[in-house]
Amino acid sequence: MQIAVASGKGGTGKTTVSVGLAQAYDAPVIYLDCDVEEPNGAIFLKPERKFHTDVNVRVPQVDKDNCVACGKCSELCQFNAIITMGGAAMVFPEMCHSCGGCVQICPVGAISETDNCIGSVNCGSSSQITALEGVLNIGHAMAPPLIKAVKKHVHKDVLNIIDCPPGTSCPLLESVKGSDFVILVTEPTPFGLHDLKLSVETMRELQLPFGIIINRSDSGDDRVVNYCKDEGIPLLLEIPESRKIAEAYSRGETVVQADSRLKDNLEGLLTDLIETYGGGK
Amino acid sequence: MKEIVIISGKGGTGKTSITSSFASLAENAVLADCDVDAADLHLILDPEVKVVNDFISGNLAVIKSDECLGCEVCLDVCKFDAVVRQGDGSFKIDANSCEGCGVCVEFCPASIIEFPQRHCGQWFESQTRYGAMVHAKLGIAAENSGRLVSMVRQEAKRIAEEQKADLIIVDGPPGTGCPVIASITGADAVVVVTEPTLSGLHDLKRTMKLTAHFGSKTFICVNKWDINPQNTGDIERFVESSGCQFIGKIPYSKEVTKAQIEGKSVIESGTEEIKTHIITIWENLNSHLLKG
Amino acid sequence: MIIAITTSGNELSAPLDRRFGRAPKFLVYNSETKEFSLKDNTQNLNAPQGAGIQAAQNVAETGAKVVITGHCGPKAFRVLSSANIAIYNTEATTVQEAISLLEEGKLVEAVQADVEGHWV
Repeated sequence: MQIAVASGKGGTGKTTVSVGLAQAYDAPVIYLDCDVEEPNGAIFLKPERKFHTDVNVRVPQVDKDNCVACGKCSELCQFNAIITMGGAAMVFPEMCHSCGGCVQICPVGAISETDNCIGSVNCGSSSQITALEGVLNIGHAMAPPLIKAVKKHVHKDVLNIIDCPPGTSCPLLESVKGSDFVILVTEPTPFGLHDLKLSVETMRELQLPFGIIINRSDSGDDRVVNYCKDEGIPLLLEIPESRKIAEAYSRGETVVQADSRLKDNLEGLLTDLIETYGGGK
Repeated sequence: MKEIVIISGKGGTGKTSITSSFASLAENAVLADCDVDAADLHLILDPEVKVVNDFISGNLAVIKSDECLGCEVCLDVCKFDAVVRQGDGSFKIDANSCEGCGVCVEFCPASIIEFPQRHCGQWFESQTRYGAMVHAKLGIAAENSGRLVSMVRQEAKRIAEEQKADLIIVDGPPGTGCPVIASITGADAVVVVTEPTLSGLHDLKRTMKLTAHFGSKTFICVNKWDINPQNTGDIERFVESSGCQFIGKIPYSKEVTKAQIEGKSVIESGTEEIKTHIITIWENLNSHLLKG
Repeated sequence: MIIAITTSGNELSAPLDRRFGRAPKFLVYNSETKEFSLKDNTQNLNAPQGAGIQAAQNVAETGAKVVITGHCGPKAFRVLSSANIAIYNTEATTVQEAISLLEEGKLVEAVQADVEGHWV
């Protein structure tokens, strides 16, 4: 089963919930940190590093001796990643979306593909948890191909927990793709509710089943609870505000370590979700 | 005229609460919300929208299914798994997966793939109680927020020039990817709001690497500093050793959430005590900016 | 020599636009004849990225051998260099002032990009 943990707004407790779920599960589980711009799961899971691989995307390279400067590649490229200047095609790898169009259209076969490193995937383990994280190289803009590389490690036969990036744009879509259920984590505040609504719209657009966890549930007001009621969205869990949890978090400890009752709640939630949405596994 | 961008690396550290407080403190500023994925500043500043503009970015492939011969060329050339086979053997494009590269459009032997412009959201010119504001809403599941961010900044700059404003205050997005890069390049100052957690510190380091990479003048403040005074100390030392400026810290306080629920900035609704901390940060930032 | 200067106006007294990629137009000045023409910095405005690259191609089309602007990003710099166009950064406020500074030898040719470009 594949469960994605997402939120419109950052800092609502996605990683807290994802890591908590992975730790509360009493069987092998894969935790995949797809928040590749700011991966934080490893801070809490402290996995023992198993392997590290660079992630490359394919970008064009031009054989200047064969290029006839016909301009067909530049004309096709929608991203200004290849232009014709000074008698030959010229590539801007950082702009390239790896569509491969220029290679196909070149009439003289002067364009081939080469690797461009955009980040890396780290794999480690911590008791029954296999932890994967994608780390986007600083200054690189394209998260989706890296998220794809992290998600190659999803295993159909076990529980997979996906820690998603915030927002509702392309990195989030790539992260939740293929999930059996999405948990939206929010806060009971105006910002929390506003961003939750965007996430809910996105999930409905993608036709993915989802439910809501309210973190720091007693820190604001009841607007999120009322919204869930009005919209008929399942409220999966409320995690109360606690200075103890906040302090434990600040030291890199997890909620499961800080609060054993919460561990039971998360475990119960997983059992329900696996039964209802995961066909029992 | 100076442009200040407030970012955070990690989300939820209080970036928008600080931005709205700065808006209350500034005297002649134009405001911009560049967190177009999850824009929240309007919840505090309550802008009255004056002009609505469509945001068009890139194109989208659309197969005229009734004319499709089912030859599979598009399926072969698409690198984004956006071509979907339908029951009748024809193909269609999954808009959420389409990258807008136009390769299928070019190679379709029957030339029946259209390539219309993609409507990706809206951006607004508005008026608030603290001055003009430019903000945006990215369409659900839309891509390319980087360019929308640039557009919002560009319009804010235009309005600031027209109104002879002294300052542009920009609420930036979280992360280190394309929207963040688009919001900090060329700004006069970047303020990073962090928290004294290990994740906060981890993300701060990545964010500072990014601002250094783009040569941005960087200022750091810590929110909820007393959650972990030791980590706060580590952050202060780290910032000082890196050549950036540490400009203040705010204690953990229910006043911040309270202000948000009231739809006000902390400066408008907070206690004198909490306000003092934010005003100190604002004054420190200004004195550094005035220095050049 | 043909010189292209980024501007928002239509004459020599017009303000110099400090942006390269997103400048509205270029004033294209012939230093021998003292005549000038205007070249719109036509952009595919819907293009998701690459303003600097497109602008550099527009300049190359004018036959200019020199560009004077405020800031030039790395990608535009690469395009201009490969077309053998020299780049001069200036703080000058008008097109005329920029041309005079160049002719008096007071501008230094840029050897690398002076800003990181990104949709700016």
